[in-house]
Amino acid sequence: MASTMLSVASASPFASLSPLENVKGKLKLGSASLSFNKAKGNPFINAKSFCRISMVAAVNASRFESVTMAPPDPILGVSEAFRADTHESKLNLGVGAYRTEELQPYVLDVVKKAENLMVERGENKEYLPIEGLAAFNKVTAELLFGADNPVIKQQRVATVQGLSGTGSLRLAAALIERYFPGAKVLISSPTWGNHKNIFNDSRVPWSEYRYYDPKTVGLDFEGMIADIKAAPEGSFVLLHGCAHNPTGIDPTPEQWEKIANVIQAKSHIPFFDVAYQGFASGSLDTDAASVRLFTARGMELLVAQSYSKNLGLYAERIGAINVVCSSADAAARVKSQLKRLARPMYSNPPIHGARIVANVVGDPALFNEWKAEMEMMAGRIKNVRQKLYDSLSAKDKSGKDWSFILKQIGMFSFTGLNIDQSANMTSKWHVYMTKDGRISLAGLSLAKCDYLADAIVDSFHNVS
Amino acid sequence: MQQRIKINIMRRFIGGRFAGSTRLMSTSSRALGWWDHVKPAPKDPIIGVTEAFLADTNPNKINLGVGAYRDDEGKPVVLQCVRYAESKIAGCEFLESNATEVGSKLVEESVKLAYGKHAHLIKDGRVAGIQALSGTSACRLFAELQRRFYPESPIYLPDFTWSNHHNIWRDAQVPERSFRYYHPISKGLNFAALMDDVKNAPDGSFFLLHPCAHNPTGVDPTEEQWREISNKFKVKNHFPFFDMAYQGFASGDVDTDALPIRIFLEDGHLIGCAQSFAKNMVLHGHRVGCLSVLCDDVKRAVAVKSQLQQIARAIYSNPPVHGILLVSTILSDPQTKVLWFKEVKVMANRIKQMRITLRETLEKLGGPLSWEHITNQVGMFCFFGLTPDEIDRLVREFHVYITPDGRMSMAGVNTSNVNYLANAIHEVMTYEREAGTMISGISL
Repeated sequence: MASTMLSVASASPFASLSPLENVKGKLKLGSASLSFNKAKGNPFINAKSFCRISMVAAVNASRFESVTMAPPDPILGVSEAFRADTHESKLNLGVGAYRTEELQPYVLDVVKKAENLMVERGENKEYLPIEGLAAFNKVTAELLFGADNPVIKQQRVATVQGLSGTGSLRLAAALIERYFPGAKVLISSPTWGNHKNIFNDSRVPWSEYRYYDPKTVGLDFEGMIADIKAAPEGSFVLLHGCAHNPTGIDPTPEQWEKIANVIQAKSHIPFFDVAYQGFASGSLDTDAASVRLFTARGMELLVAQSYSKNLGLYAERIGAINVVCSSADAAARVKSQLKRLARPMYSNPPIHGARIVANVVGDPALFNEWKAEMEMMAGRIKNVRQKLYDSLSAKDKSGKDWSFILKQIGMFSFTGLNIDQSANMTSKWHVYMTKDGRISLAGLSLAKCDYLADAIVDSFHNVS
Repeated sequence: MQQRIKINIMRRFIGGRFAGSTRLMSTSSRALGWWDHVKPAPKDPIIGVTEAFLADTNPNKINLGVGAYRDDEGKPVVLQCVRYAESKIAGCEFLESNATEVGSKLVEESVKLAYGKHAHLIKDGRVAGIQALSGTSACRLFAELQRRFYPESPIYLPDFTWSNHHNIWRDAQVPERSFRYYHPISKGLNFAALMDDVKNAPDGSFFLLHPCAHNPTGVDPTEEQWREISNKFKVKNHFPFFDMAYQGFASGDVDTDALPIRIFLEDGHLIGCAQSFAKNMVLHGHRVGCLSVLCDDVKRAVAVKSQLQQIARAIYSNPPVHGILLVSTILSDPQTKVLWFKEVKVMANRIKQMRITLRETLEKLGGPLSWEHITNQVGMFCFFGLTPDEIDRLVREFHVYITPDGRMSMAGVNTSNVNYLANAIHEVMTYEREAGTMISGISL
């Protein structure tokens, strides 16, 4: 055996692939299983240890022979499919990225101004501290909690600049895994697709609480409360601060109070994901109301924040993780541990987006301009919602009540279309959306509302 | 529920390397104090140095901690090629919709820079490449890939290596082994021991190699030695993972510095490579890097890339675009690229000059010690083999800030402080070692 391996090993690097082919032929390739289930063994490999035997037998076989193709990301994959489509009526309602009425991407004026200022100043490109740009962290916490909030005055918030919402969630998940091993995160059903990936890869267990009620195309409030109550004490409850993704359905202020009650009663920790502050209602303060409500009750909580949408800084990856603690000392310790988690992920965060935010949010004139642009963007989406509702009501002769569209808020709308109906939207009408029936209103223009309404009415009534 | 609380307490005692005291479990106190058991994290050994330096008010203080280039006035620089790229892209209509294109361009240009004449492998579609947040995240992505597909395999790290390598593979839950590298007496490479450890590792082990300007020692193998290492790797079927953070900084020439990688490619290895543009383009704060894995065919490369993208998706989704735009603008424009090569050479030459000056100054001060290693070692860092006491003296008495492993960043040395530095080193090393008699750590 050994001599066989030696002789192959000393063969020329560009020897024929036949030794490898033979080995592969004899060995069974298992089926790829993508469910995250530790008991079943590694879900990523389609074959187990034979891959190393095959690697030794043929010197130049890839070490990664057993690597299977990862499935396309359900959200980002939509844009890829859209780009490949040549149909003239195609419409991209996949990714939640803001588009103008002309369906063009939009760079905010305040961002251009800030960038030009930055070029003029010619600042250097030295490393940020692990926790990020101090000026950025300061304005970010103030934006979220309000500058006069006692938690800020008492220095009870640990804020660390993160890689947009994803990166901030990942830091929080890593913190949970390290300090609350075994604790579960409760996530809404449905929720943003990447939440599960983040908790899975961080090895944090999760379970779902009821949220979306398909019958009403609204909030299953009783189900939500019941499931939060039933969870083990000390669970982390992931809540969307405003403009729930993917449904667009937010609790009312009264419902938020009740949610806070049950969370406190069960000693759970609230964990907010705030990706749309300003985009829901058009007002930055209004959209932070849920977070401020919980904070005002003296609860310790986590908030992941993103500037991708509200400042259009998607590609700069700028956000933050905030942990509100019961004392300044706890906040300092938590911050130090968040840094310790970040260092082996990416060492320190990128500077560009942080500087833009610090300049825009920290300068009164630019901040006011931003608020105006924010209102404009949120306003466009509200108008489009209204138009879509009007078109649907006009075109759908069945008498179905489409008013849930007006009740939803933010970039997204859950249409209530099922998988097959959503597929019809794409295959017949070239309308690209996610399989869960979510459409991004940010990618819709007033001009296209009629076309979209036709597509939705057709898919809803003629496909089951 | 009581059961679960007990289990949590047990977990904390057994599993928690990091957890401190257990949390109070009574419901009434549960509303506050969730983080009571969280201890303050120790300062990062490298980053903590700059923090201490900034807090020091002594006028003679010198920061030789972080490996970030400084000019002869001790100031951070922004390269001309970068300023040019900045002006080209400022306020422009770049948006997330272009991200894929720009990202692919960055990967292509990065890998070309590393592979040189082997760049055709990129066109062949065999390279699974992904942009990363500088070297750290390129390494982390690889560590996660390694764990995903080779869950039992350890990583072999050189003794010594960049301190954050240990953190990266540990947080990715990949066990660590070490191979001998630095020879404390010669202050050079312990080549025989290195080859021995390579030979004795189980076949098919994962090794991390610094292709140039080894961090922290500055000790690089010769070309001959690299060829021997590559041969041994073939026999043992080891996986070579290169962490290249200083291409251009070692010799001043990007091709010379990437030679070890090209030797391995010539020999048919399927390599992994992490690249960083933090140092050589002085873009530290933008976090621009690249991870590439050479596969044996297109299908495999596509699969590996998809896995890397999935891993990245759950850490940060996409990398920050600004730095990517800068780097790909510089690398894809022939004139700007040439300008960059010139600027890298200037930086590398200034450091080489400082090495020569430091060595000469120390030699003039006399004493029994040899200072050859200062000019033998390569790149940003210099390793003096200082003892903990010597390091302590250097910092506390002389306000010369270096990392706890005794690594000095030559980038922080300039014509104004080199004499002071030489005196400090001379004092601390010659005095301690000449004295010979030390009672309870006190030199006589």
